[in-house]
Amino acid sequence: MKMNNVYYGKLIFELSKPGRVGYSLPKNELSGEYRMQEGIPAELLRKSELELPECDELTVVRHYTNMSNNNFGVDTGFYPLGSCTMKYNPKINEEIAAHRDFTALHPLQAVDSVQGALEVYYNLQCSLAEIAGMSEFTLNPFAGAHGELTGLMVIRSYHMSRGDDKRTKIIIPDSAHGTNPASSAVCGLDVVEVKSRPDGTVDVDALKPLLDDTVAGMMMTNPNTLGLFEHNIAEIAKLVHACGGLMYYDGANLNPMLGKCRPGDLGFDVMHINLHKTFSTPHGGGGPGSGPVGVRAGLEKFLPNPRVVRHEGTDEDGNPIKPEFTIDFGDDALGSISGFLGNFAVQMRAYTYILSLGHENIKMVGPLATLNANYIKESLKDDYELPIPTVCKHEFVFNGLKDKSTGVTTMDVAKRLLDYGFHAPTIYFPLLFHEALMIEPCENESKETLDSFIAVMHKIAQEAKDDPELVKGAPHTTPVRRLDDTQAALHPVVTYKELTAK
Amino acid sequence: MWRGLAARLARATCKAAGPQSINLKDNMYKYFPHTQGDIQSMLKTCGMSSLDDLYSDIPEELQLKREYALPDAMSEIEVRKFFDQLGEKNQTLKCMIGAGCYDHYSPAVVQNLVERSEFLTSYTPYQAEISQGTLQYIFEYQSMMAELTGMEVSNASMYDGCTATAEAMMMACAASRKRNKVLVSATLNPIVTRVVMTYAKFHGVQVETIAERDGVTDKADFEAKVAADDVAGVIVAAPNFYGIVEDYTGWADTCHQHKTLFIINSVASALGVLKSPGEWGADIAVGDGQSLGIPMNFGGPYVGYMCTSKKLIRKMPGRIVGETRDLDGKRTFVLTLQAREQHIRREKATSNICSNESLMALYITVYLALMGKKGLQEVNQLSYSGAHYLADRLTDNPHFTMRYPGKPFLNEFVVTVDGDINELQRQLREAQGVQFGLKIAPDELLLCVTETISKEDIDNAVELCNQVIEREEIENE
Repeated sequence: MKMNNVYYGKLIFELSKPGRVGYSLPKNELSGEYRMQEGIPAELLRKSELELPECDELTVVRHYTNMSNNNFGVDTGFYPLGSCTMKYNPKINEEIAAHRDFTALHPLQAVDSVQGALEVYYNLQCSLAEIAGMSEFTLNPFAGAHGELTGLMVIRSYHMSRGDDKRTKIIIPDSAHGTNPASSAVCGLDVVEVKSRPDGTVDVDALKPLLDDTVAGMMMTNPNTLGLFEHNIAEIAKLVHACGGLMYYDGANLNPMLGKCRPGDLGFDVMHINLHKTFSTPHGGGGPGSGPVGVRAGLEKFLPNPRVVRHEGTDEDGNPIKPEFTIDFGDDALGSISGFLGNFAVQMRAYTYILSLGHENIKMVGPLATLNANYIKESLKDDYELPIPTVCKHEFVFNGLKDKSTGVTTMDVAKRLLDYGFHAPTIYFPLLFHEALMIEPCENESKETLDSFIAVMHKIAQEAKDDPELVKGAPHTTPVRRLDDTQAALHPVVTYKELTAK
Repeated sequence: MWRGLAARLARATCKAAGPQSINLKDNMYKYFPHTQGDIQSMLKTCGMSSLDDLYSDIPEELQLKREYALPDAMSEIEVRKFFDQLGEKNQTLKCMIGAGCYDHYSPAVVQNLVERSEFLTSYTPYQAEISQGTLQYIFEYQSMMAELTGMEVSNASMYDGCTATAEAMMMACAASRKRNKVLVSATLNPIVTRVVMTYAKFHGVQVETIAERDGVTDKADFEAKVAADDVAGVIVAAPNFYGIVEDYTGWADTCHQHKTLFIINSVASALGVLKSPGEWGADIAVGDGQSLGIPMNFGGPYVGYMCTSKKLIRKMPGRIVGETRDLDGKRTFVLTLQAREQHIRREKATSNICSNESLMALYITVYLALMGKKGLQEVNQLSYSGAHYLADRLTDNPHFTMRYPGKPFLNEFVVTVDGDINELQRQLREAQGVQFGLKIAPDELLLCVTETISKEDIDNAVELCNQVIEREEIENE
């Protein structure tokens, strides 16, 4: 295991000593003249003591460094977390995103003084449109689920603009990510679930009776959450369009499509992309992400405000129009879903990634990710139950160990992988299989890495037969062992104050 | 059509190449470790002969049969040069502007620790045994935010202050069960209100505005509207958009008499010195945490905070980290109360939020660990001093008058300008590299000072203001 397996476990509050400071500020040249306590009435000021830690700089540095040693990232080791696309986060992206000419910009400063930043936004949205086969993107949504919500708002705005108010249903396959139905509910839509066939793809016959003039649209992930390409997509899109609905593409699984297929060419009208998946920006322990939303031609005016608009051409004197880029509040059919222009520093990383790879390397992302997934699948199918034995895309799902007699569950296998220095796959999702184990190896992983993972998976299958208790008790070598989730939820202790009051 | 798309890219050349099939070039690429030999041997394991075979399940007519109209690959040297040149088209300015984003000092340690790849490149901490780093800092973050807001509990973060406020609105409606009306003060930052209104429109929430009176929320209008007994929540700001510190004495009680939740939106840094939402009796405290050590980043990423009472914890959206024990009895931390969340409850979840802004919460955690109680007070005092000094010096010139005289403010205030604001801002930007406030009305300027602005900066800016406005007067005569 490459991660430090000595548990650190202290809290910053426990390192505090009254009087210590970890900052330096200029001395107040005006303190004699302007005192807060004199200028603001006492009843508007804080009375309770602010119980924040008091620490010197080195104590803080060591504390968080030690804490980080108990964390596993893509830089630590193989992270085959299905549906999460844990690809390598290039270092050049971080360097560029930290460029002070961009990080020090205030979002409301004069538009003439942010032309470079607006060009990044504009060119990234054009690049995404080309890759996805859409007409235009907004980069304002902050994450995938936020993109879904925004995309659904686009769909509703489109229907409302035509006075078609009865379209309140959204069709979602039962294998969909949980955010799909949740985003629909936030958007005020009623979820209608459509069943999957035994092979995991949408059942077109089950879909047909659901289609009528109350359908706003249908959300799909393609390839779906089993890693299978929805080969009936053209027919499905045709059916949904025929009843007046729009097709929404959940871009969580876009990675295998790079170079081979564009959602816009499959009949999708609205979609989001997770820049923190397909375009290599870091997951950051759960964010910040970025969830740009694209639309096909004709739907651009339903995108949220503000927007970055490019003004080409010349003025009457033959000089280029200035400023070239402006931040506009155009057609306000939808409204705003963010204060400013989204997670700009994440957009910087994604644009750096696209420029670094260029067209000649971006097209290799999908095929290599898909090759890696199929290689693992084929190498492990004798030990693990493969419910759908066809070619997969970037990910696939095992239904636990093939030999169910040992009592070793998917949870146990996942935890045992941690002992061997691998992150666990996604487990118990999708819900179609009881022991789902969903594996996604990204294009950056070498054959050697995959081979060592495959070897360990074989070994665990053998351990399950020889010494099932060893696997059921895993992990053994991690900083901490299995945790008591039930206790945490029964009597939640969520702050240090609660902890010390206990 | 794709040629058109390529042409749309500003200053980037895209090659229009012909039909493609998947062929590894002779040159390897730094992010792809696959040699030709690796590929052949892996394909063999899969019973395939070419990479194209991996896509045999996609109908031919749906496959992309050409190159992307995107620029050629750039080396790192070229990438650096590209962004250096692009950066020159920006102008980083001294910020005398706030309005929701503040140029505060952030110690060097903050950025350095946040960039540690163990934090940066990890996923949501679902595998708790190998994610104690993330789980522990989120627990610390929750503790600090609860302390700062004076509330009992905090979630692990939301996207930004705008969406956190919209989530608070939906939470209030869900908690009330039957009510779907929310009151929003006219003094709330309009950028926040705009997002709240969008969520309300689609979520089926009716939003009514509480009128503004002399820069503060009209108490009589509030009391009249909440008395209808159909209001799920009331959203106010402290400090408000104009920088004014409003007095909400008695508001929480009035809300609670009518079974309405009281929601306060605050700039996080100000909570270090101002009466906290908890002290006001609020049920939900929300806002943006950017002011606590996060770079301005041209608008994002920031982080939304949301804190509430223990009673309402199960109605709160977003992830929550709780303390527990592992099998050996060690004190550990884990994601808890997940039954509220989308991956379990799907359409019945408290929100659709999945990814949040975890790493930005780490900025705040490290920032507050360094600043402590004293640092946050000092930052606010410095900002207060600078803002009041600017207000006094500026209004020595009769063409500048305080828009809301006598109203207490922390570090933002509105002046009425008798003169051309656009010209004033342009000259300050060009001559001194200063972003001089935000124009919020044809004759009103919202100004802000933080500890990054020195007395000299203010003196210089005021001097130029006096020149510009006087010169204009002469020109007009």
